[in-house]
Amino acid sequence: MSEDFEPKIIAFCCQYCAYSAADMAGSMRLQYPSNVEIILIPCTGRFDVILALKAFEAGADGVYVAGCLEGNCHFLDGNIRAKKRVAYLQKQIEQVGLEPGRLAMYNLSASQGPRFAEIVNEFSATIIHLGPSPMKKKLAA
Amino acid sequence: MIIAERKPIDEIKGFVEGKTKVLLVGCRGCVTVCNAGGTKEVGILASLLRLDAQKEGRDLTVDEFTLERQCDPEYVDELAELVEKKYDAILSMACSVGPQFLSRRYPKEKFYPSLNTCFIGGALAHGIWAEHCQACGNCIIHKFGGMCPITRCSKSLMNGPCGGSSEGVCEISKEVECIWHLITTKVMEEDRLEDFAPIQPIKDWSTSRDGGPRKIVREELVK
Repeated sequence: MSEDFEPKIIAFCCQYCAYSAADMAGSMRLQYPSNVEIILIPCTGRFDVILALKAFEAGADGVYVAGCLEGNCHFLDGNIRAKKRVAYLQKQIEQVGLEPGRLAMYNLSASQGPRFAEIVNEFSATIIHLGPSPMKKKLAA
Repeated sequence: MIIAERKPIDEIKGFVEGKTKVLLVGCRGCVTVCNAGGTKEVGILASLLRLDAQKEGRDLTVDEFTLERQCDPEYVDELAELVEKKYDAILSMACSVGPQFLSRRYPKEKFYPSLNTCFIGGALAHGIWAEHCQACGNCIIHKFGGMCPITRCSKSLMNGPCGGSSEGVCEISKEVECIWHLITTKVMEEDRLEDFAPIQPIKDWSTSRDGGPRKIVREELVK
């Protein structure tokens, strides 16, 4: 694995929690890797497996979905639905040779700015450990 | 509706092995409703196949198209222009009727079924489907409290329940409800158990597949 590998990470963040938490992390001047591209979604219930697949096809090294704490979804169970979709897609991508760890689901509240930064650090570390997406490596070769 | 599910990805990968240009054809009929082969599922499978090819550094183009229905010739005709693009393989994401209709209309092309056609059924809840009909060709559910013992009894008993019924479930699995338990419970609640006193005659299977593949001709509709 290359020392200078900077993973490209796509984060689908719910506007009611993770996205607000990202705002808070920014206001608090918390440091986290800049290679995470945040995509605002109205609820993680809007997350669709095809969105993550398109991200992987476009060269993302990792994708995560961040929604409200379980039981606190603004739309009641959007985060539970997203959790099931993430679990389903992890199995699907594994079958085409992509490590399931490249896709993850996190839960946090809007007030957890520090937790947001922690999640970005944690997930980035996981992806750096996994290395560049096998899809990308072959394309570059 | 017809309930189907996608074949294992490894089997589908086998269909496209050595191919460089494939077309995935979905169907907006039953398989869209049961989330097996509509536009969305075509997109997911196409993406998975592209990722698989990318991983191996293979050149693979996967085009996507969804027909209104694959079981009607007028809709199957709509694929003519696309078929001219010369695909190495065309994968149908309809029930088994779809690839058969496509093969007949475009005999020079190579078609593969991406779904396994499972049964005629309905959705018990979102994401859960159960078999409710086996197209025996002579519906008699009115005699059984609106439930079909031919399909929903593991033995297709006309006079049940059998000794394998226990606490409302079938002996084959605790996941399978005993339809005869439900039928008898319902008629007891309706206080018409005497309707079940006469032994039901042996079912006449001549309307089922015993006479080979079936066909219906409605002269008033035929052009």
